[in-house]
Amino acid sequence: MSTSSAFNDEKGGSSSVGEPEYGHDPASGGIFSSDYKRHDDLKEMLDSNKDSLKLEAMKRIVAMIARGKNASDLFPAVVKNVACKNIEVKKLVYVYLVRYAEEQQDLALLSISTFQRGLKDPNQLIRASALRVLSSIRVTIIVPIMMLAIKEAASDMSPYVRKTAAHAIPKLYSLDPEQKDQLIEVIEKLLADKTTLVAGSVVMAFEEVCPERIDLIHKNYRKLCNLLIDVEEWGQVVIINMLTRYARTQFLNPNINESLLEEGGVGEKTFYGSDEDEDEDEDEKEKKAEAAALAKRKPYVMDPDHRLLLRNTKPLLQSRNAAVVMAVAQLYFHLAPKAEVGVIAKALVRLLRSHSEVQYVVLQNVATMTIKRRGMFEPYLKSFYIRSTDPTQIKVLKLEVLTNLANETNISTILREFQTYIKSMDKDFVAATIQAIGRCATNIGEVRDTCLNGLVQLLSNRDELVVAESVVVIKKLLQMQPEKHSDIIKHMAKLTDNIQVPMARASILWLIGEYCEHVPKIAPDVLRKMAKSFTNEEDIVKLQIINLAAKLYLTNSKQTKLLTQYVLNLAKYDQNYDIRDRARFIRQLIVPTEKSGALSKYAKKLFLALKPAPVLESPFKDRDHFQLGSLSHLLNAKAGGYQELPDWPEAAPDPSVRNVEVKESVPEWTKCSSREKRKEKKVEKPFYSDSEGESGPTESADSESDSASGSESASGSEESGSRSESEESEEASESEEEEEEEEEKKKKKQKEVKKTVQESESEQSSEEDRKHERKSKPRKSDTESESDEDEESESESSQSESEDSESEAEVKKKKKASEAKPPSKPVKKESKKEKKEMSLLDLDDFEPSPSPQVTPVNTFLSNSLVTDLEGLSLSDSVLAPATIAPSSALKSYELLHRITGEGLSVEYCFSRQPFSPDANMVAVQMQVTNNATTDTKNLHIEDVKLQSGMRVKEFPEIELLAAGETATAVMGIDFCDSTQAANFQLCTHARKFFVSIQPPVGELMRPVFLTENEFKKEQGQLMGMNEITEKLTLDAKCRNEHAIVQRVTTAANLSRVPCGSDKECRFAGRTVTSSSLVLVTVATKEEGAAQLTVNCEKMVIGTMLVKDILLALTQ
Amino acid sequence: MIHSLFLVNASGDIFLEKHWKSVVSRSVCDYFFEALERATEPENVPPVIPTPHHYLISVLRHRIYFVAVIQSEVPPLFVIEFLHRVVDTFQDYFGVCTEAAIKDNVVVVYELLEEMLDNGFPLATESNILKELIKPPTILRTMVNTITGSTNVGEQLPTGQLSVVPWRRTGVKYTNNEAYFDVVEEIDAIIDKSGSTITAEIQGVIDACVKLTGMPDLTLSFMNPRLLDDVSFHPCVRFKRWEAERILSFIPPDGNFRLLSYHVSSQNLVAIPVYVKHNITFREGSSQGRFDLTLGPKQTMGKAVESVLVSSQLPRGVLNANLNPSQGTYTFDPVTKLLSWDVGKINPQKLPSLKGTMSLQAGASKPDENPTINIQFKIQQMAISGLKVNRLDMYGEKYKPFKGIKYMTKAGKFQVRT
Repeated sequence: MSTSSAFNDEKGGSSSVGEPEYGHDPASGGIFSSDYKRHDDLKEMLDSNKDSLKLEAMKRIVAMIARGKNASDLFPAVVKNVACKNIEVKKLVYVYLVRYAEEQQDLALLSISTFQRGLKDPNQLIRASALRVLSSIRVTIIVPIMMLAIKEAASDMSPYVRKTAAHAIPKLYSLDPEQKDQLIEVIEKLLADKTTLVAGSVVMAFEEVCPERIDLIHKNYRKLCNLLIDVEEWGQVVIINMLTRYARTQFLNPNINESLLEEGGVGEKTFYGSDEDEDEDEDEKEKKAEAAALAKRKPYVMDPDHRLLLRNTKPLLQSRNAAVVMAVAQLYFHLAPKAEVGVIAKALVRLLRSHSEVQYVVLQNVATMTIKRRGMFEPYLKSFYIRSTDPTQIKVLKLEVLTNLANETNISTILREFQTYIKSMDKDFVAATIQAIGRCATNIGEVRDTCLNGLVQLLSNRDELVVAESVVVIKKLLQMQPEKHSDIIKHMAKLTDNIQVPMARASILWLIGEYCEHVPKIAPDVLRKMAKSFTNEEDIVKLQIINLAAKLYLTNSKQTKLLTQYVLNLAKYDQNYDIRDRARFIRQLIVPTEKSGALSKYAKKLFLALKPAPVLESPFKDRDHFQLGSLSHLLNAKAGGYQELPDWPEAAPDPSVRNVEVKESVPEWTKCSSREKRKEKKVEKPFYSDSEGESGPTESADSESDSASGSESASGSEESGSRSESEESEEASESEEEEEEEEEKKKKKQKEVKKTVQESESEQSSEEDRKHERKSKPRKSDTESESDEDEESESESSQSESEDSESEAEVKKKKKASEAKPPSKPVKKESKKEKKEMSLLDLDDFEPSPSPQVTPVNTFLSNSLVTDLEGLSLSDSVLAPATIAPSSALKSYELLHRITGEGLSVEYCFSRQPFSPDANMVAVQMQVTNNATTDTKNLHIEDVKLQSGMRVKEFPEIELLAAGETATAVMGIDFCDSTQAANFQLCTHARKFFVSIQPPVGELMRPVFLTENEFKKEQGQLMGMNEITEKLTLDAKCRNEHAIVQRVTTAANLSRVPCGSDKECRFAGRTVTSSSLVLVTVATKEEGAAQLTVNCEKMVIGTMLVKDILLALTQ
Repeated sequence: MIHSLFLVNASGDIFLEKHWKSVVSRSVCDYFFEALERATEPENVPPVIPTPHHYLISVLRHRIYFVAVIQSEVPPLFVIEFLHRVVDTFQDYFGVCTEAAIKDNVVVVYELLEEMLDNGFPLATESNILKELIKPPTILRTMVNTITGSTNVGEQLPTGQLSVVPWRRTGVKYTNNEAYFDVVEEIDAIIDKSGSTITAEIQGVIDACVKLTGMPDLTLSFMNPRLLDDVSFHPCVRFKRWEAERILSFIPPDGNFRLLSYHVSSQNLVAIPVYVKHNITFREGSSQGRFDLTLGPKQTMGKAVESVLVSSQLPRGVLNANLNPSQGTYTFDPVTKLLSWDVGKINPQKLPSLKGTMSLQAGASKPDENPTINIQFKIQQMAISGLKVNRLDMYGEKYKPFKGIKYMTKAGKFQVRT
């Protein structure tokens, strides 16, 4: 096989035609060598520098893999091409790598660096595929790399990459289960993701890694319910199944009243087994009536979240995907009130039109459902009629369903159907039909005789299998009322001459023996015949012959004594151990001898005791303890990884765990559909309301109008805790009235605020603000006197440290009345008009994603907040001291000295305000003073020189600065989280000055509010290289907590995190551009010794920050 | 989830394997072969087979078994539905889904499988997305690729993955903008011996072929939407709008897709378009049977019944059939005992019939079984339920598309018992 011929072959497939000759037995010498040679060609092709050759080679290799041939010896040659530029070659190399990396771990490591590079690629497709392959390579040594990559990808901008990260989680878990804890953290983070793309994948990861951590779902429950309809179909299945389990642990049984009755009704069910049947319909009615009565006594109120789930899954019954429909069906079956379960029947019946495999699974589930809820499928009886073209396994299942559905009203139709089935050519199916008839006969008393007669007719069928099956069924039926049917028994006795099927013969013999009193003449004759053929019978028949003999001996010893002796003698020498044993045992028991013990007295009782009739029941009877639609249910055996469906709780767990609290949300990157947006907004509602979170059972995706929900959230802070939907409308109207009142209050309040609060910071926040405030009050300089603040803070709380109004505003609304603008969250899209209010009442910090629709709500909200302010008690003083951030002494730097600037001097400081036009920028406040004697005109920025990635938002041109005047301007700089200087020219009408602004590292961040737990958790994720610890001795003046807090917050724009221990001060912030978390801990020890810990993803920032804080604390 | 996939052909050979996690030895399929042997008919292999360490879930399509290996609990329908989706995709890509087609395109198949599942969990199953990732092979493209060395793997992230309409690719352009809708209804019926209807229902689908530029937003309304009792939609259909107004509003995928499938409410009486007169008897003692079958149209609203095909599984005792068709041709397979009669079009003036004798095994007693007769037919330009599309409107784009709607009625599972 020459090279040329090999690659003249067009496709992988056709080239592989020649392969089998060597591929079958690589061990044999000659063949092996050709194998080797052949691979040589491939190697050569892979080493060439032509992409087309490489591609051809890879195609052939992939074809080999597809056919299960071993291509592992090519590994070194293939892995070289992992960085190939041709994307198809690359893809095929990935395929190869994933297949063989496990076997060639060392060589696989060569490729890792390529993927690591890929993880940083600007193209999201490449990032995602690098992560995909990296995580698919099952090489234990790279577990830490995978872990890191997953963590990083979990906070990637692209939802596609985040989705890939979610996919990677179970891969890593299966490779190294010890990573579980860390993976759970990633899962938790991804669960909070708001994009539909990620939702399905992360829930899948959740199910594989930590299905028991149901607590992780609480906060995301409502979001998942609302996103569900937009998630891709496979994700829907996984989410629905998970939510079914969740709901079983969190909500009350909606059928609680009925199920109590059902327990009482178990007795009734056994009635069907025995003879006295009652009218079923009446029972049902009675039950319902009782249930209704019970319900009145003890009303069951469905948790609104439970309702939300039911409502949001219902449309998915219309999905084209059978798995989704089935998932919803099982959810309804397990969770919905009885009256509502009916809706699923139609959808399930629709699935019966699908492929036979789908039918098979659906019918299995329908069979289980029909046992519990027969009424549901009764209208669709005809859909289960059997066609001759159905595969046997489907026929049998349909039969099962039909049998379950049979009742007094439809039994005649069903039996007529069964009659046609018995004539079918499919004998297995006929046998199953006979069984089914038997079951109908036991269940429905009226038709028992009809069925029995029909079955007896079948006894004359030409097909032995049919007859045998009938005999077996008749035997069971007769056992119920033997006295009425002695003629049938006689008829059957005659059959022993013809029937050869052992099971049937055995059944007949047993019947005759059991009811020998009803056929006293025939029985001994049968025994005689049997004794004759004893030696030729099957074991099972022989045993029954012995049985028959024994019974006859006891009842009619005169006629059968000798026969019995004969049979027992034959049996004594039988080959079968059991038969010899039985014969000996029976002889001892029935034939009285002097040795025989006390037992023989009771022989009659032993043999002729009344035997309970067998209960013919569905093989699907006990399957419903498995979650429907699951593999375990189908197999009726627990499959690996199956999660039990928990029983309903006695009392519902606290529903408030599902309320979504205010917290830093994962930034949302996706554009979402209008549908989603609507929902998203509703999900966010709790953000606007009180942090206690009454968020709303009512926030469902559909129905409620926006206005209603908007006002609801506005009034939320007062109305918290209200849950029922009916209340909601009242609420809405109430709140409107309140709003008006509040409006007025607010106005008053605003005035007060303006007077009392110093406003220095707000002026920087935006041009508009400044103008606005200037009108109201003359401006002071940028730094503020502490006394002013103290006045203000005293009125609010007794804390001495409350100089800083920003952080308070973040935590407690009451302090929002202060003018300081909290830096934590920038205003993005607010209209200018809004901004004015914002500066007075900072609300936006509570609002994670300022979307345009939200703005009107803000005004409402502010109203309620103001009222809140008045009513606030001391309760917040607990938190207030802990969350203080600095602002007092804003350090100002010189940008342009008076002399170099020829009379113009510029100082700047980092105002620590969010820069409203762009959240990623650091606000730099400049104070321009004209010390010259002439006016300066047209002061503006020009010729900005920046490092790549950095951006500058210039301040608006200052048209005129009169001599001696001072003006302030705010510009924004995006430093890209680096301390690189921003260089630019400051131009006046006459001159240009080169200036540069270099930020201290502490200004590159903005404070975030974290709880102690969140802090610890985040810190746990930023260990290792991301943690920097430094020991220090505190400056003598700075040994108390207050001083430490002040110094740290002066050095860096961080906010304090509440902390239980007084030995530790914690601070948290995020870098402005990349939003990487920065955590600082100062642990104090005796004698001014202390330890400073900084955790930050960006190591450079971390090291620099350590230096700065160290300096601040030691000097 | 899905661990591995094996494709097994009719003769029981594994001709393709793909693993998404660690490699599972193909010997696991032995359990499948065992079940295959036990099953009398190919379709009687249980879809789910437990083995000591794995579970095998299989579907049979185009005489190929797609056997998925799974290791732990997963909804079986999830796997089955996915496997069917794989087959649909293959069919979409290669026109047919046969062993030969798969072998010829093994690389594309592998690339597809790679994209469709990640670690056993479905990743991209939407055909529009897949086609952006991996271009379907065409003769022209194969030639161009060999000459230019370009690839058929897309370089860009499939835009659909991120958009709100993941089923539609962006940047679609056509010179002729057209949208065709086929309303196809199927009658499922069981007719008993005497000719009365035991059960009959109508299931319908609307298949669409939409070739429109840009991002068109279509609405389709019906004259009589109440007829539709149970519907299932393509994900593109806005469910709320349907609930509220009974209007189908959607941004269509590009190309062929199934917009809707529906069930006509069972309250409406179903008009059965054909009747069958039959007389199939076996006399006791003689080795002959009589076969007499006549077809006729009824309730067709003047439309012709076309492509009629009658088939029947005759009892095992029948050795041969000697029949005489008044039109069309018939075949009888003495091995499978399958009789099929290709009738063609029914002429109401001269009803087609098939008459003759069947020879039975000599000496054997007369068969108990009665064969059932399966009928297939087509009626063009009519939806038997009376469903009518009212209008189709397009929003969001400026041009005027060409619109077309076609109706057809077919026999579904149409059986006559004798």
